[in-house]
Amino acid sequence: MLSWMAWTWPTAFVFIGIFTGIAILTITEIKYPGGAERQGVLGLTTTRGDRYFLSLLGTSFIFLIWLGLIGMPLWGPLAISIAWGVFCFWKV
Amino acid sequence: MKTENQKAWFFVLPVLILVAFNALIPMMTVVNYSVQETFGNNLFFWEGLTWFEQILRSERFHAALGRQFLFTFLILIIEVPLGIAIALSMPRKGFWVPVCLVLMALPMLIPWNVVGAMWNIFALPDIGLLGYFINHVLGISYDMTQNPFAAWVTIITMDVWHWTSLVVLLAYAGLVSIPDAYYQAAKIDGASNWSVFRYIQLPKMKNVLTIAILLRFMDSFNIYTEPFVLTGGGPGNSTTLLSIDLVKIALGQFDLGPAAAMSLIYFAITLLVSWVFYTVMTKDDLN
Repeated sequence: MLSWMAWTWPTAFVFIGIFTGIAILTITEIKYPGGAERQGVLGLTTTRGDRYFLSLLGTSFIFLIWLGLIGMPLWGPLAISIAWGVFCFWKV
Repeated sequence: MKTENQKAWFFVLPVLILVAFNALIPMMTVVNYSVQETFGNNLFFWEGLTWFEQILRSERFHAALGRQFLFTFLILIIEVPLGIAIALSMPRKGFWVPVCLVLMALPMLIPWNVVGAMWNIFALPDIGLLGYFINHVLGISYDMTQNPFAAWVTIITMDVWHWTSLVVLLAYAGLVSIPDAYYQAAKIDGASNWSVFRYIQLPKMKNVLTIAILLRFMDSFNIYTEPFVLTGGGPGNSTTLLSIDLVKIALGQFDLGPAAAMSLIYFAITLLVSWVFYTVMTKDDLN
């Protein structure tokens, strides 16, 4: 039934990862409502969801820019992305 | 918290299902396609991130992206000031209000492909009213099928004709919501027309203008039908905008992998620009 979607394990893991993130955010929101709103270093008022969105958006650009300018292998952008994600949740 | 009525979630459910089927699942499929190669028959071969690398480094993509940004930039700097100017000069009360509103809404009611076809016939050098007039009455050489500059002028004019109304209607909605007291206060203080515009009308229009610019950005950045019908991306590749190029790769060449990779890059750029713009415009309100 799902053959037309042409699933592969790596892309499936990407989506499982993204949806797990959303699920964790949902559970956190139920336990601690209000989204942990605060003003971060960029001067933006962000909630947990905003920080998650920024982490993902940033990650996609870190990988795209790396692929365009340098290419394989992708350990470099992976490390930068993790650092970016930590920065987003910690400071932004 | 527990006693709160949670019934609202059920009312959101149909939208959620709809979005899942018309956006999320196709989007996931595009992601799956972007890492594979197919020759049809529902057979797929793993390619990794090759397509992304290839697209990001291709001259063709850079050129189409450049044209796309140029197009969006040009229509925004024309449509937004023009829209505000028209909205400012429209009457606020009386008989002419509905007349103006209907006239303004008309271009937006015409389907995109019809707009393209209309402007195509209108601008053709020998049979079109506009084309004939410019070539034979004004004596200026103008042929959008041969000259890239003429083709650009035509698609920009067409978009301005089709979509300035949206900016006008939104700006007008912002203007009529300003209470008279503001104008009276300005009058008492002896404010000039410019000061009234700068310190009363523009700040009051800011929210609707943000939405207008955002909508115009996204629509023009994803525009396909009108320029495709009007110029088909030509002459040469001069008006091949990003979406036209994408369709050429996906359906013309049936290169689903590269096309999927290209659409994801396209999506990421649209998302980033929209986010940056929206954040910058609403930053002061939120804090």
